[in-house]
Amino acid sequence: MKYIDEFRNGTIAAGISRKIASVMEGHDMITIMEVCGSHTMSIYRYGLKNLLPPNLRLLSGPGCPVCVTSISYIDTAIAMTQKTSSSFSDEKDVIITTFGDMMKVPGSSSSLEKERAKGASVAVVYSTLDALRLAEKYPEKQIVFLGIGFETTAPTIAASVIEAERRGLENYFILTAHKLMPPVMKALLRDKELNLHGFLCPAHVSTIIGSGPYKFIAQDFRIPCVIAGFEPLDILLGIYMLLEQIVKEEASVRIQYSRVVKEEGNPTALALLAKVFEPCDAEWRGLGLIPESGLKLRRKYERFDALTAFRISEFGSLNNSKIQIPKSAFNSCICGDILRGVRTPSECKLFRKVCNPEHPVGACMVSSEGTCAAWYKYGEM
Amino acid sequence: MTNNTKITLAHGSGGKLTHELIRQLFLSGFDNSVLSQLSDSALLQLNGMKLAFTTDSYVVKPIFFPGGDIGRLSVCGTINDLAVVGARPMFLSAGFIIEEGFEIPLLEKIVRSMKETAMAASVDIVTGDTKVVERGSVDKLYINTCGIGIVDDKIHFSTSLIEVGDKIVISGTIGDHGLAVLSGRESLDFNSSIQSDCAPLFGMTCKLISSGANIKFMRDPTRGGLATTLNEIVTAQKYGILIEEQNIPVKDGVRALCEILGYDPLYIANEGKIVIVVSGKDAVKVRNLLRNDDLGKDAEIIGEVIGESPGKVCLKTVIGGTRIIDMLVGDQLPRIC
Repeated sequence: MKYIDEFRNGTIAAGISRKIASVMEGHDMITIMEVCGSHTMSIYRYGLKNLLPPNLRLLSGPGCPVCVTSISYIDTAIAMTQKTSSSFSDEKDVIITTFGDMMKVPGSSSSLEKERAKGASVAVVYSTLDALRLAEKYPEKQIVFLGIGFETTAPTIAASVIEAERRGLENYFILTAHKLMPPVMKALLRDKELNLHGFLCPAHVSTIIGSGPYKFIAQDFRIPCVIAGFEPLDILLGIYMLLEQIVKEEASVRIQYSRVVKEEGNPTALALLAKVFEPCDAEWRGLGLIPESGLKLRRKYERFDALTAFRISEFGSLNNSKIQIPKSAFNSCICGDILRGVRTPSECKLFRKVCNPEHPVGACMVSSEGTCAAWYKYGEM
Repeated sequence: MTNNTKITLAHGSGGKLTHELIRQLFLSGFDNSVLSQLSDSALLQLNGMKLAFTTDSYVVKPIFFPGGDIGRLSVCGTINDLAVVGARPMFLSAGFIIEEGFEIPLLEKIVRSMKETAMAASVDIVTGDTKVVERGSVDKLYINTCGIGIVDDKIHFSTSLIEVGDKIVISGTIGDHGLAVLSGRESLDFNSSIQSDCAPLFGMTCKLISSGANIKFMRDPTRGGLATTLNEIVTAQKYGILIEEQNIPVKDGVRALCEILGYDPLYIANEGKIVIVVSGKDAVKVRNLLRNDDLGKDAEIIGEVIGESPGKVCLKTVIGGTRIIDMLVGDQLPRIC
């Protein structure tokens, strides 16, 4: 398959692998974080660790949108499905629409998948346009789209809001919990426990935001960054480009994924984002509140905000009293440390025992791009 | 199942939860030595004759999809469950559960499709049942088929016969059926040329058996895909399986759609393919035999049975790395970024 097979060439992979080994020869341990979940998956899926020297350590970062979505967000979405129509202003039922990855994410006591099995209206969609179609098809229902994800998905949700306005849809809402990548990377850099030598920056987020927003990492923190694609050769070359800088003690932002990512990013998408959303503080599962790391709808589009429309003051406030956080399980879950890259799944007491993809305790096990799911699925030989 | 009090869709995915449900609930409930083999067909000794007996229900959505329909599927699926245990399929039953309001011309079309498929495989549909339920109680139409076949006394396939050095052969490209059905769903706007591989495999299994090749085991990789079938083979065995990613045949259209949706073709359902475990010396012979058949022209030797990693399926990736392939866990879900 053209444009895919070229980036999965075993001979070239072996060549880059040899170059990496020669740059690393005699070096102390070097630690690189791949921020994005798609990188993590690719590294495991292609068995890339076999091609890297033992003194190079790859850490997975917090770049899996499902994994960092807060428990209270899931609880809020579930509560919306549970509310009887009489609780809502217009006595309309709610259909939750979501990308598939959210279905299994455990809230404090249930998941959307389990609620669907009990009869809740939850529809998995492949695009926000599918959600808009539902809104048109069922004018008597309230369609709530679960807006999660990073700068990659946020523009499509922004576009759906503008489209809903154009079509005059009054039953389409966004439950937004969008996250921004550079602010969380800044938070990680301030973490004293982490000893990073380089960032493999996300591919598709960078398609939107370009390379500019990472410059502070190189300038203020002296940590090199390389924006790399998701194919195995992209990742190997990205690692090599990082090592070149690390061994020379240089720090700049370089683009390996230049066939897609431009320095300035995607101006159309950025304009759309700025039109519909504005930055806000955001709660990250396992990491806590990070300033200016999320997106909320601007005042002009507030009527599309599910929280406003359903008069919910904040996530979690719809919780009914029956919902209790099973403290024992959550207390032992080290998702937060895994998302920060300070611990690995094998250091978790729950991993493979209580926590597995069928019964995930933490979100890192739920998403196909979560670190724990990758370890579980593609585990050690 | 300790944490589940309700059935979720993942219990029907053919993966881990399905196996858990079967072992913990059905197997312990119906406990007997035939069922506990968990073979594609039950093997029965009756008046000196060896019979294979199997059943399957079909709830595919949509009922007409590129390359097939629920009727053809319901005949092929049951024939194939008989064929892979080495049986000659003889008789089928057909039970219809129909939603009130279903259009009779559509039912006629489905029945014609079943008849043609059965005739082509020289199988008769000899008994049946019809139920109609209120609108909304089923989604259009569900079909159950049972099948009986005769097994030659000399034929014995079992995972316990498998030895280190045996080869794994697949009869053609993987993932076609699952993605054809998916792309047939109206909610997905994909214009793809992917067709279901839904076909009766008895002709092929018959040739393989009569060739005298030292076949150890066969299975059709349906729900849960090739990955799940290979895992079923190695579970609790003293051997492992190593397969080579670059030798696994996948059509370009299937690969492309998998890339877009974040699916792994290894886990996508097939309805017209066989995985064959055969002794190393007969592997090329089996592959060539398959390639002489229309349904097996893309057959490949994809891996071998190894002494290392017992109970596990390992994959050598296209770029030379290695990783484990687990059974399908949950439903495959599309990625969101």
